[in-house]
Amino acid sequence: METHAALKRSIGSRLFSTDHRTIARQYFFLSLLAVLLGTALSLVMRFHLIYPEATIGDGDVMAPEYYLSLMTLHGTVMVFFVLTLAPLNAFGNLVLPEQLGAADMAFPGLNRASFWIAALSFGLLLGSFLATGGGPLAGWTAYPPLSAVGAISGPGEGLGQTLWFFSIAVFSISSLLTAINMIATVIDERGPGMTLMRMPATCWNWFVAAILSLLAFSALLAALLLILLDRLAGTSFFVPAGLLVADEAIRNGGGSPLLWEHLFWFFGHPEVYIAILPGMGIVSHLIANFSRRPLFGYRAMVWASISIAFLGLVVWGHHMFISGINPYSAVVFSFLTMVIGVPSAVKTFNWIATAWNGSLRLTTAMLFSLGFVSVFVTGGLSGLFLGQPEIDAYFHDTYFVVAHFHLIMGIAALFGIFAATFYWFPLLFGRMMDERLGKLHFYLTFIGAYATFLPMHFAGFAGNPRRYSDFTTFDFLAKVMPLQRWITFSAFALAAVQVIFLWNLFHSIRGGAIAPKNPWRATGLEWSEYEGPTVRGPYEYSQPGAAKDYLVQNEP
Amino acid sequence: MLLGLILLVLTVAGCVLFAARPVWFPLAITAGAHAWDREFTWTLWIAGIIFIAAQLLLAWTILRGRKRKAASSMTGHRGLELTWTAATAALFLALSFLGSSGWAKVATRAPGKETIEVDAHQFAWSFRYPGPDGYFGHTGIEFINDAAGDPVGIDPKDPTGKDDFVTATLRIPVGRDVLLLLHSRDVIHDFFVRELRTKQDIVPGMEIPLEIHVNRPGNYEIACAQLCGLGHSQMRSVLIAMPAAEYDQWKRTRH
Repeated sequence: METHAALKRSIGSRLFSTDHRTIARQYFFLSLLAVLLGTALSLVMRFHLIYPEATIGDGDVMAPEYYLSLMTLHGTVMVFFVLTLAPLNAFGNLVLPEQLGAADMAFPGLNRASFWIAALSFGLLLGSFLATGGGPLAGWTAYPPLSAVGAISGPGEGLGQTLWFFSIAVFSISSLLTAINMIATVIDERGPGMTLMRMPATCWNWFVAAILSLLAFSALLAALLLILLDRLAGTSFFVPAGLLVADEAIRNGGGSPLLWEHLFWFFGHPEVYIAILPGMGIVSHLIANFSRRPLFGYRAMVWASISIAFLGLVVWGHHMFISGINPYSAVVFSFLTMVIGVPSAVKTFNWIATAWNGSLRLTTAMLFSLGFVSVFVTGGLSGLFLGQPEIDAYFHDTYFVVAHFHLIMGIAALFGIFAATFYWFPLLFGRMMDERLGKLHFYLTFIGAYATFLPMHFAGFAGNPRRYSDFTTFDFLAKVMPLQRWITFSAFALAAVQVIFLWNLFHSIRGGAIAPKNPWRATGLEWSEYEGPTVRGPYEYSQPGAAKDYLVQNEP
Repeated sequence: MLLGLILLVLTVAGCVLFAARPVWFPLAITAGAHAWDREFTWTLWIAGIIFIAAQLLLAWTILRGRKRKAASSMTGHRGLELTWTAATAALFLALSFLGSSGWAKVATRAPGKETIEVDAHQFAWSFRYPGPDGYFGHTGIEFINDAAGDPVGIDPKDPTGKDDFVTATLRIPVGRDVLLLLHSRDVIHDFFVRELRTKQDIVPGMEIPLEIHVNRPGNYEIACAQLCGLGHSQMRSVLIAMPAAEYDQWKRTRH
């Protein structure tokens, strides 16, 4: 029987473990907590939008600043703690060292520090919403001067906004440490025989996303320090002269709000790819496995990821077409944005070509991978509109944009996370998830996601602005209300079917079937029963003359 | 199998949605807005065709691949890969060039243009007209007095400001070039009129010009489209496009 002290030691050693699998599980559960919170917030917002007169608590209707702070928290939690942490930190930590044949990450102690810094950031974020004055209402983009001049610009813009900036600065530090760790792991810790071009597509995409993360979060951290100085030390990086906010003259002067937009989007656009590149890697890897054939155009896939990352660094201006930048620079940003369509299309063609002559195994993980391809195409196509400055001038800051990024960044990345959860569940918890529940969950989620976000484009056609706490002031929005009601009902249905996943997850952690050594008959080293060096490429499926339809990378 | 069928249904449902149009765009009231509608329409056709082709291809791949016993071991096909890379590059670059044709026309001040200052602040709109002298008076935040009816802060010592007048709705003449000079005194706002098919951020510390030429009289709602604080969704005014003669008469009554 374990003594009290020993039990405490074992909890401590698990909480502060340097083992990459344990840290992966910690990230996984932090993201799970975050996604539950983020989803709940979105439902409260969707409910309020269609029932603005509904009363809460002691009979008050929801105040607009309260709605906007929920919206800010929703965006922040989802972008940073779900779409960044789950695909890159959780599954990167879990799988990357195993697939490379490394013993652990390059810097296990740093890895532990990264997680706890991220957890601290999450605590600060929650704190910012409980701060006196309320939560910040400036959105996850936090444009100054609204976010820079203190509580006079709105409730929550005092202590709440300061804590929010601290939270994201701490998160940036965590992300930088993780990025350094992953880059070092890929460069230095690959096992014998694991050349770069033998790395699975997953590792390539984690590697590229980590490089992008290093560059993007550095810029964000710098911008955050500057805006914190503006708020706390009276500097004026982002606050222009001559402002009168709520009848109070602002003493700062000489700064530029557009400078923040440039710095923020220099981070913000790569962030989209930090969120989606791991998903692309996961989907490439899984479609090859469940089609039982080599990944079509492996080299092209690697180069497409590198091109997407490189181009992702030089297109931030497409978030700023109507911001007041020189219109000629918009033409350049538009051109570069359209060019990103090419490697993205190459990836799509290669995914379909991989499955084309395959022998398909439609497991839950495969269904989510194919679902990823479908929503990636749909969400990408609205980018054809938004990439043209003139078209964007109408759609910018409307529900068309909301539909666009929820499909391509939100739903696509979530499908990648779901696929990864089902596929690597044996590595996470030693068991299998239930396939029947998994498929039911997939089909309902797939339909629910389209039912929610496809009609949302039409609200954008009607010019419905986003970030409105209610739709009652404008006459033209009355016509959009039936559509908004449909979107809310679909969103509730979509959220409700996630209970199937949660049940499956927690039930399988304790009671799932014990996983065999190589449950998916896969080529990756993470399942290997062999000891030797890597001797072959990552996707040797259905090789002519082989005794079975897969050859593990280090199989002699 | 089921996913293939769902993708088929999805493709049909998407087409039905665009045929039924539960809501659609408002009227276009400028030449630029009509050009926008044309640009949108052909982009929609291109995107629509790609959507249908890609989803059906994916559906077909799933339906045909289900029963196959042995998978191909092909790792790539240089010709095929070069073809689809070149084809998408050509398509996207063409879109990029065509899409920028109506862009990058910088509005400038010129005599003969009806010039109106748009002043945005949390959470209301004001519009300042220069009066018969054609000049806007100097302003300063120390002169701003919302309660006394001066949301702009016209310097009482500047003679050119004496005939300036400020309104809460934006009246403009139909059929003339109108130059709007966008100002904000506090945070970033955005001037958005759906019927113009454009919007423009209003950045404090900057004066951003926006030129319009409305060819259809009517009342059109002005919305703020950049998150500006708790009253963002209430920040509404109206663009009133009047026949030119009526507009001139209205202006005379204001002096």
